[in-house]
Amino acid sequence: MDKVKQELLTPSAESRQEWRGKIISYLAIIVIGGLVATILIFLTSKGVALFIQDGYSLGKFLSGVNWQPSHHLYGALPMIVTSFAVTLLAGIVALPLALVSAVAITEMLPPRVNQLIQPVIELLVGVPSVVYGYVGLTVIVPRLGRLFGGTGFGILAATCVLFLMVLPTMTSMTIDNLRQVPKQYRLASAGLGATRWQTITRVVIPSAKGGILTAMIFGMARAFGEALAVQMVIGNAAVMPHGLMSSAATLTSVLTTGIGNTVMGTTSNNALWSLALILLLMSLAFNLLLRLVAKKGAH
Amino acid sequence: MRAEKVDKIATAVVLSLAGLVGLLIISFLGYLLVVGLPNVSWHFLFSPAESFKSGGGIRDQLFNSLYLVVLTMLVSVPLALCAAIYLSEYAPQNRLTATLRLAIEVLSSLPSVVIGLFGYLVFVLQFGLDFSLLAGALALTILNLPLLTRSCEDALQQVPQLQRQAGLGLGMSKWRVTTKIVLPAALSGIITGAILSAGRIFGEAAALIYTAGQSSPAISYTDWNPFSPTSFLNPLRPAETLAVHIWKVNSEGLVPDARAVSNGSAAVLIITILAFNLLARLVGYLIKRRLAK
Repeated sequence: MDKVKQELLTPSAESRQEWRGKIISYLAIIVIGGLVATILIFLTSKGVALFIQDGYSLGKFLSGVNWQPSHHLYGALPMIVTSFAVTLLAGIVALPLALVSAVAITEMLPPRVNQLIQPVIELLVGVPSVVYGYVGLTVIVPRLGRLFGGTGFGILAATCVLFLMVLPTMTSMTIDNLRQVPKQYRLASAGLGATRWQTITRVVIPSAKGGILTAMIFGMARAFGEALAVQMVIGNAAVMPHGLMSSAATLTSVLTTGIGNTVMGTTSNNALWSLALILLLMSLAFNLLLRLVAKKGAH
Repeated sequence: MRAEKVDKIATAVVLSLAGLVGLLIISFLGYLLVVGLPNVSWHFLFSPAESFKSGGGIRDQLFNSLYLVVLTMLVSVPLALCAAIYLSEYAPQNRLTATLRLAIEVLSSLPSVVIGLFGYLVFVLQFGLDFSLLAGALALTILNLPLLTRSCEDALQQVPQLQRQAGLGLGMSKWRVTTKIVLPAALSGIITGAILSAGRIFGEAAALIYTAGQSSPAISYTDWNPFSPTSFLNPLRPAETLAVHIWKVNSEGLVPDARAVSNGSAAVLIITILAFNLLARLVGYLIKRRLAK
């Protein structure tokens, strides 16, 4: 009798397993959540040190055009402008070409070609950014130098490299979105007597609009955060850019070259962490933008 | 009649532009392979790098890259899988879950250089790991977690709900249903996702230059004691990976044959990533076929 009672009152093997499983999976998610919180807190606290500890004014940091750590001038505007310029230029060039390629692949070319292209795109998405930067350094920079004079390093070279880098990502995302447009839409449009081009421009692309916008923002977010590929070709002169061929520096490239050359805790080091904070905030902003687009697309 | 003409012209324009993009892409990949492959030889793959002389190889860098991928996967796969199990099987539909999903999304959007800096701040300086494989692996884990979690969750979600209900109906606990029914069914998707993410971190450099470091001290491949400072298995030694090597050789330029070394390294990187992609497809296919039997 006691044995039965004990069996009924103590947790069964199944429920003990359940507890163990719950603890393991809850722990994992807590670790990840905690990690994100730690990253945000650490980078924010380091990023504001320049303004709180060293008393540098936020306005001067954001609007100053001189980045001369040796003279205690930390104007981040040139880097912010350059980062946005290369990102926007690369996005503007890449979007139409990605869209055209995706339309050709999903709507025009036979499915067999598709099967051939898919692995190539997958490979390109996986090509390390350093390799893109290296090709930029050895192929694009010398050509640009010969075409336009000068060294070839600069904003145009960085734009070309980033364009090449985000094109596969944007194309593959656009392909996915065009594929998600129901086949009935196309058939209905064809049934009304529309040509293929009319169907593409008036039915397929409008209904995949949100997804295409997502692909573009995603690609640009990637371009904005890219460090080494840009650093290799942009010339790394932290000055206000005055043309496509002038050497410049982005937030990421200054960070890459600077962190190793400054001592932790000094003002010039703190200024670099403030640049990292801008990068962090921008990636949050891109994230927010993606959410807004997704929300609008859902309605 | 006019609409048909427009259709024809537009088709021609779109196809020729797409062809141009295709040509660009093919010449990009072709250039890397044509210029790079002649530099790849057994000597190149299996001799150590030179700092000031020409004729150096990439033995240590290649090994470091692969070892770093293994270390990263050791940490990130269990963590991502358990988190995916939570999100897919246990997570209630509430604000906390939404916040956690948002956190993972934020993590996936962080630039790799920012993750590298965080790794430098926390793992290298705070934890006192110095520039080491371990610090690099932890940074890569952060980089890898969000995408891996998502691909694991997708794989788990694709298992039909009916199979879970059948298991629960037999009186199995939810955890048993997950580990004995759902996981095996989702295995091919999970492994494919893991291999693809391994390929992605294999070529990562920005997150590593300030965590795993940019130098590779002499290491011995006969020393199997992971605690010995010169052992190739020691996770606390600084380690330059292949992608970092390409960057460093080009930005410092102390090696006379920087072009040859980086051409060869780039070709090796591309081929390895291609191998990872093909392996992912193959493994996914094999597991699916075995389960179908």
